[in-house]
Amino acid sequence: MEGWIALYIFTLAAFTGYEVISKVPVILHTPLMSGSNFIHGIVLVGAMVALGQAESVGQQIVGFIAVLLAAGNAVGGYVVTERMLEMFQTSKGGKRS
Amino acid sequence: MNFIVELAYYIAAVLFIIGLKQMASPTTAQRGIQWAGAGMVLATVVTFVHPSINTNYILIILAIAIGGGLAWKSAKTVAMTDMPQMIALYNGMGGGAAAAIAAVELMKHHGLSTGVQTLAVVGALIGAIAFAGSGIAFAKLQGIKAFRASIRFPNQQLINGVVFAVAVLLGLVIIFSGNDYSLFILALFFVAALAFGVLMTLPIGGADMPVVISLYNAFTGLAVGFEGYVLDNPAMMIAGMVVGSAGTLLTQLMAKAMNRPISNVLFSQFGTSSGEEKPIAGSMKAIEAQDSAIMLAFAEKVIVIPGYGMAVAQAQHKVWELCKLLQQRGVMVKFAIHPVAGRMPGHMNVLLAEAGVPYDLIYDLDEINEEFKTADVAVVIGANDVVNPVALTDPASPIYGMPILNAQDAKNVIVIKRGQGAGFSGVENHLFYADNCRMLYGDGQAAANDLIHHIKEL
Repeated sequence: MEGWIALYIFTLAAFTGYEVISKVPVILHTPLMSGSNFIHGIVLVGAMVALGQAESVGQQIVGFIAVLLAAGNAVGGYVVTERMLEMFQTSKGGKRS
Repeated sequence: MNFIVELAYYIAAVLFIIGLKQMASPTTAQRGIQWAGAGMVLATVVTFVHPSINTNYILIILAIAIGGGLAWKSAKTVAMTDMPQMIALYNGMGGGAAAAIAAVELMKHHGLSTGVQTLAVVGALIGAIAFAGSGIAFAKLQGIKAFRASIRFPNQQLINGVVFAVAVLLGLVIIFSGNDYSLFILALFFVAALAFGVLMTLPIGGADMPVVISLYNAFTGLAVGFEGYVLDNPAMMIAGMVVGSAGTLLTQLMAKAMNRPISNVLFSQFGTSSGEEKPIAGSMKAIEAQDSAIMLAFAEKVIVIPGYGMAVAQAQHKVWELCKLLQQRGVMVKFAIHPVAGRMPGHMNVLLAEAGVPYDLIYDLDEINEEFKTADVAVVIGANDVVNPVALTDPASPIYGMPILNAQDAKNVIVIKRGQGAGFSGVENHLFYADNCRMLYGDGQAAANDLIHHIKEL
């Protein structure tokens, strides 16, 4: 990828992250940290590509570790976030609108 | 990359941002994580037809099954009080994955351009630090004995600095040797990066861990973004960088709430105050559960200040039962949450939500601090430093300047506490000696139970 385009993507993504988080109430900080932790679980697709191209045994081992760890990040991050958010409800009865 | 893969990655990136946006409000938060989850599933499934993947399919499926399966099991069963260390663990795994991707790419020696190679090395360094550091953070929060306290040794800063310098130097060697670096140098680079992650986290105490976990979360995001560039994968670049910046902001917010600049958390120790602390006037006055029950039952407005001690005693369900009882008697009950209550910002909200407390009864420090003046009773349960007025009055105190909940402004204060000891910071709490403060000694859950019992008898 062309370097300048990458720089634009990085910069715009950084502003997006900043904007999205800046209006968050404190009560959601922990679920949000957990949720953003889940989102970088997208590293899984990169790990799959790395292992899918691995040639030597050494590369296969390291690639296997990459996919293993990345899958743990994605799945674990999702489940704990979902579990936390499930519990938030108002006194007006029932679940969120 | 073919069209379907490109399209799926684009949709996934958009879903991540929408999901994160929705997670920023309690009413839509659950939908948010589900949208982001759908994006993840889509991206993962489509990657199997990624044109760059041409071998090792079985290994890929096996690794996903093992890693995902173990994470699923642990995530389903972990208690809410242990949530912070699990987040640290899963985050560390992401950082490790990013570093491992860089390792595979660099092991191939396939003539990356200097720019790409630089980002691969930087991403590997950051990812490895996040991986090793999160591991130590997990061990500390899990209460594994050897790591629990902040670990210090002579010339620590110097040694850490040298290890970091070695890692950076080896990284530079890899970048500038083009394709000629040896696998030995590469291995040495990863060892140095991992060692620095460990060394950097060892001296940091348990109370500062949330800030550190949040920082490593941002690190992992950055590492993922950089490796996304190496692999020419825009979804990783966008998701990684969004998390990198969001995580940095979140880290700042947390550090600010704790009145601890990030540099302080990372490089110095807690409580290096110079002057003498002021002597305390008055004494601690005990109160019986029955008298406390009367005080609460005939109050108009009660503000409950829960702390981590309440969660440790597993008292949140009993406390909520007590509050419901008071509500039935027409008492207005509110919960006041300090930004650092629990083990990270928002952790206490999660624990209260688990007990069924509606989130519209829960107020932030800024929202409720003025209201203590009109409250008849402030009930402090399992909290200590966050209601210590010396943070406002005594510049010599190590916690001076930390925002506190003004429990001392309430007409009466009841502190439910096991014994007379000081808080996490080791600072004596002047609130406990105040004229309007009474101590109800006992385990949080038992005390709440007693109060419920006595109120029912009234």
